Amino acid sequence: MSGYVIRRLLALLPTLFIASVIVFVTIRMIPGDTIDLMMSQNDTSATRQSREQLESALGLDKPMHVQYVSWISAILLHGDMGQSLWTSASVGHELMLRLPVTFTMGVMALMVSLIIGIPIGVYAAIRQDTLGDYALRTFSVLLLAVPGFWIGTLVMVFPSIWWGWSPSIRFVPFSVDPGAYLLQLAIPAVILGGSLSAIVMRLTRALMLEVLRQDYIRTARAKGLPVRVVVIRHALRNALVPVVTLVGIQAPLLFGGAVILEQIFVIPGIGLLLLESVANRDYPMVTGVFLVVGVAVLFINFLVDLSYGFLDPKMRAR
Amino acid sequence: MTIPPLIEVRNLTTTFGKGPGAVRAVDDVSFDVKPGETVAIVGESGSGKSATALSILRLLPNPPGRIASGEVVFEGQDLTQLPESKMRQIRGNRISMISQEPMTSLNPSLTVGLQIAEPINQHLGLSWAESYRKAEELLSRVRVPDARQRLAAHPHQFSGGMRQRIMIAIALACQPRLIIADEPTTALDVTVQAQILELLKDVTRESGASLILITHDLGVVARYADRVNVMYAGRIVEATSTHALFASPLHPYTRGLMASIPRLDQAAGSRLVPIPGQPPDLSRLPAGCCFAPRCAEASDRCRVGDPLLMTAAPGHMHACWNAPHVH
Repeated sequence: MSGYVIRRLLALLPTLFIASVIVFVTIRMIPGDTIDLMMSQNDTSATRQSREQLESALGLDKPMHVQYVSWISAILLHGDMGQSLWTSASVGHELMLRLPVTFTMGVMALMVSLIIGIPIGVYAAIRQDTLGDYALRTFSVLLLAVPGFWIGTLVMVFPSIWWGWSPSIRFVPFSVDPGAYLLQLAIPAVILGGSLSAIVMRLTRALMLEVLRQDYIRTARAKGLPVRVVVIRHALRNALVPVVTLVGIQAPLLFGGAVILEQIFVIPGIGLLLLESVANRDYPMVTGVFLVVGVAVLFINFLVDLSYGFLDPKMRAR
Repeated sequence: MTIPPLIEVRNLTTTFGKGPGAVRAVDDVSFDVKPGETVAIVGESGSGKSATALSILRLLPNPPGRIASGEVVFEGQDLTQLPESKMRQIRGNRISMISQEPMTSLNPSLTVGLQIAEPINQHLGLSWAESYRKAEELLSRVRVPDARQRLAAHPHQFSGGMRQRIMIAIALACQPRLIIADEPTTALDVTVQAQILELLKDVTRESGASLILITHDLGVVARYADRVNVMYAGRIVEATSTHALFASPLHPYTRGLMASIPRLDQAAGSRLVPIPGQPPDLSRLPAGCCFAPRCAEASDRCRVGDPLLMTAAPGHMHACWNAPHVH
């Protein structure tokens, strides 16, 4: 098992390298670079000379591969991800501030999707083709079809019209009030998890229907076990492996949703940071965010692989 | 003095589907099993053997299957009328089942120890630790070596024969009065088949349990059963003691089954005689006797009148117009 873990971890390295190159190069290929933006904001009569001065001061005059090598070696040797081109703030420091917020929201969204999706999927499967099953399946299509940013906007607008209430736009840090911190993340997390829960629900239902037809389910029933034990211990456990895979694959997509919802709900996570940094062409910040997200995605996939071992005893034997 | 039967199936009819397309998988079947007795149900695939077994335990896939009429009286209670919660107290406890497919009948993601301990914990109210201890005893009783270590193993670590032993251990767990073995050896190698049947015979004899042995193999019947019910197209067409069945089979279908098995005492070079044709489509049964279209002895009467079970001799019933019977 430990050999398997090490091999899986080593296999991540080439992927990480390729991801880092793509991240570094693509942001620099967006039309309109940092220098243009800075010059246009400060001084309309920017000369060619002052432009070159600024470029060399920020280290952007060197060829791209040289920039890449100095960037990646700083990360690898010193754990230094550089500084913001605008504020000189440390990218690493900024990420450390922002990452926990998005991470908390993502975990909450995943939990929401599982808490809603799995029980509903199980229920729809054991009540196959009844009114309840149809209603829940219709509901899940609805969740899938409605985009998160639209629900997010509604949640911002309508409660304030009807009840004079709207989600606070003043962010409360965890250190100030943990309860309020989680509560303010709950709404975007539910919206984010909602559409994922629809996918989880449909997959759980399909897999449960498959598993419930198996001979060993009949064996379990022939033992006189209560329905609850048959469904949860005998059926759900076997249906869960693909659900875990799905959630693992979907987790990175949550980040895409987080970028939008953090903007709507003014939540200072890395999604919002990314949006601001791309707008400002703050290269080190953008590459920093992408690198962290990339590492997170690979790590989640790695965890999904490991989880097979716990859920499927045949994998554990290998 | 006659011993009252442990289980009595009376006029059991089980249907699959609804409306005009409904099929009678089990059609007016009656038989009983006495304490300690082994009763075989023999027939081709689709003759309603398994449907009968599943009806007794009320484990038919519903929908489409359901018990349409009849009674299953077990220890004085009609199982068809029991609420589901009471039925659960009987399954795996008073009546247990061994199914056909050992490869797929055990849950792949749970240890065999848990799977054997489950009914003990459920029905006998023992703690999990005690249940596992009993599971270990059961595993050695069905002659699985290294029982203690093997409790923690998963089904994929066992061969087919070993898995069927585990299924037998599960069936024995709560000392049931009745075990229903639905083709317990069909999926196994021939050499393993005999071991499993011997084991089944030994453990039922030790515990005094009755056994309903469902099989398509007359050789198994001859060796292990006290009495036999021959099923065809959802009905019992002949019912008698094993001895009488082999000594004087009365129904042409029974004789056909016997002629189609190879025998060592057959003249060299002689051919097996198969039963011509196919079992009937249950949704389009012929008028008269269901077996008539395949029967060499069928007369005009067979194609018109539906023969019900008739008595030929005490304890020997058949459903054939042409076989001898008393009025």
